[in-house]
Amino acid sequence: MSWSQSVSDVNQPNRNVAQTATPSNQKLETPPEVAIALNSFNAFYGEFQAIYDVNLNLPAKQVTAFIGPSGCGKSTLLKWINRMNDIVPSAHATGVIKVGDLQILDRQTDVVDLRRRIGMVFQKPNPFPKSIFDNVAFGPRLHFQIAKQDLADLVEWSLRKAAVWDEVKDRLNKSALGLSGGQQQRLCIARAIASGPEILLMDEPCSALDPGSTSRVEDLIYELREQYTIVMVTHNMQQASRCSDRTAFFFKGEVIEEGQTKQIFTNPQQQKTEDYVTGKFG
Amino acid sequence: MAGKSERDFEQALLRNYDLKSSAMGKVSEALVMTLLVGCGVFSLAITVGIIVLLFSQSIGFFNNAELAIDPWTFLSDNRWSIGQTQGTPRYGILPLVSGTFRITGIAMLISLPIGLICAIYLSEYASPRVRSVLKPTLEILAGIPTVVLGFFAIKFITPYLLQPVGEFKTFNAASAGIAVGILCLPLVTSLAEDALRSVPNALREGAYGLGATRLEVTLKVVVPAALSGIISAFLLALSRAIGETMVVALAAGSTPTFTMDPRQPSQTMTGFIVETFQSESLEPDSIGYYSMYAVAAVLFVFTFTITLIGQLIRMRYQEVYN
Repeated sequence: MSWSQSVSDVNQPNRNVAQTATPSNQKLETPPEVAIALNSFNAFYGEFQAIYDVNLNLPAKQVTAFIGPSGCGKSTLLKWINRMNDIVPSAHATGVIKVGDLQILDRQTDVVDLRRRIGMVFQKPNPFPKSIFDNVAFGPRLHFQIAKQDLADLVEWSLRKAAVWDEVKDRLNKSALGLSGGQQQRLCIARAIASGPEILLMDEPCSALDPGSTSRVEDLIYELREQYTIVMVTHNMQQASRCSDRTAFFFKGEVIEEGQTKQIFTNPQQQKTEDYVTGKFG
Repeated sequence: MAGKSERDFEQALLRNYDLKSSAMGKVSEALVMTLLVGCGVFSLAITVGIIVLLFSQSIGFFNNAELAIDPWTFLSDNRWSIGQTQGTPRYGILPLVSGTFRITGIAMLISLPIGLICAIYLSEYASPRVRSVLKPTLEILAGIPTVVLGFFAIKFITPYLLQPVGEFKTFNAASAGIAVGILCLPLVTSLAEDALRSVPNALREGAYGLGATRLEVTLKVVVPAALSGIISAFLLALSRAIGETMVVALAAGSTPTFTMDPRQPSQTMTGFIVETFQSESLEPDSIGYYSMYAVAAVLFVFTFTITLIGQLIRMRYQEVYN
């Protein structure tokens, strides 16, 4: 695939990827388009059941926030969407997760391509101990036959998209570990989008950051939703209300309520949700 | 009444407790301090003492009245015949140095790749059950006395592994090198594995999250992140191999040779020192006696340099994760 075309066209950087990887996206025209569909999804760690019978449709090009108290299965669910739980030996799951036509939980599913299409940003910034450039180029080098100049363009595009280019453009060859926490997290976002994903999973992306960095990353998440489907786990309810379109409230492994963020925070339908968003527990 | 006596009791208890603990604290603090400083000074004094002894005795080698050995000849001449009776004695250390590095080179060719691969397997691939069997096995290997390995080199490696494939002498550099390699293997494996396992899991997750396979995660993220630790492990193995004595004294022979041929016997610096020390003709203040110190000083310089490089690499390249 030619990256130079898509890189030059900043508004549509995923054009090629979207066409080749998910032809189904064009067929589904009823708004809002569903990016990720979960049906009767259950997840386990050994004998312990972490998630009970989740049915959710996550809309495309929107930010969905997972909120709820600790240990209620939010992160577990997020990690099943790109099969990150494969590296946990005791983890297993039943039910269906579909991204477009792709059955995520199917054994035959190619997790390498899956994770290219579904990027992930972690709780703590985890840049590799390599240069800033090599961090962002890591994914493209794994997945694409890409010429040197195209790779440089792609790295620049990704860093611009992640709103960190101006801060790092003069030190691309310096170690990424020299950046501040907030810069590192935006670098990790750049690294995730450089492989051309359609979906970004964010596991408490701001929990290790100071307030200033947090608001920059939140702004970034809000901007990125024009182009990506974003699923975000957060403990911070202000954050969920600030930068998500939809919110799902988790409690003890179940989705209690899901809806427009505004509605969840101002007019929740369930007593549990109301207790949680008003701070009675959690 | 009861309340008053209880209060008295409490006050007495607190007062006594207070005094005793502070007095005890001071004494034990002072004791511990003395002990710690003493141990530190002791190890430092031993190190300095050995270095002073080595270099001061080496001077005797160069101040010899009959032979007038100059340091440059000592370091650059490629024949060594001290301890041999016939012919004019030559005293170039190069055959001994080349013997040491021939054997060390072979040992590193064996222990570094195999050790690193074992470490990668243990740290990144093996299940906890497999690791719980393999790690102790490796420690048993580390516990084999070097004299046994030397014996193993002469009685097994040379006749059954080497002589069937080539014209290997009974005592040769290759078998000694292989045995030293086996000796260094657990060291490399265990230190490199420590380095790999200390790489935070967050980095592995990050790479998996980008769609890397396990091999890509290992080779492109974990190994580079652990590189300073791996290099330290390599350098430690290198200095262990250079200093190794028993295996080479048994299996490499006692002929100083200046050659690249691993089939030939060779004498290392350590091997020479052992042999000279044991020889019956050794007299105090003779050239042979002083030559041991001169060779030992050169040996020390090599191992010291390697340790120093290891420290520098660790200081310069070690990544600090918080």
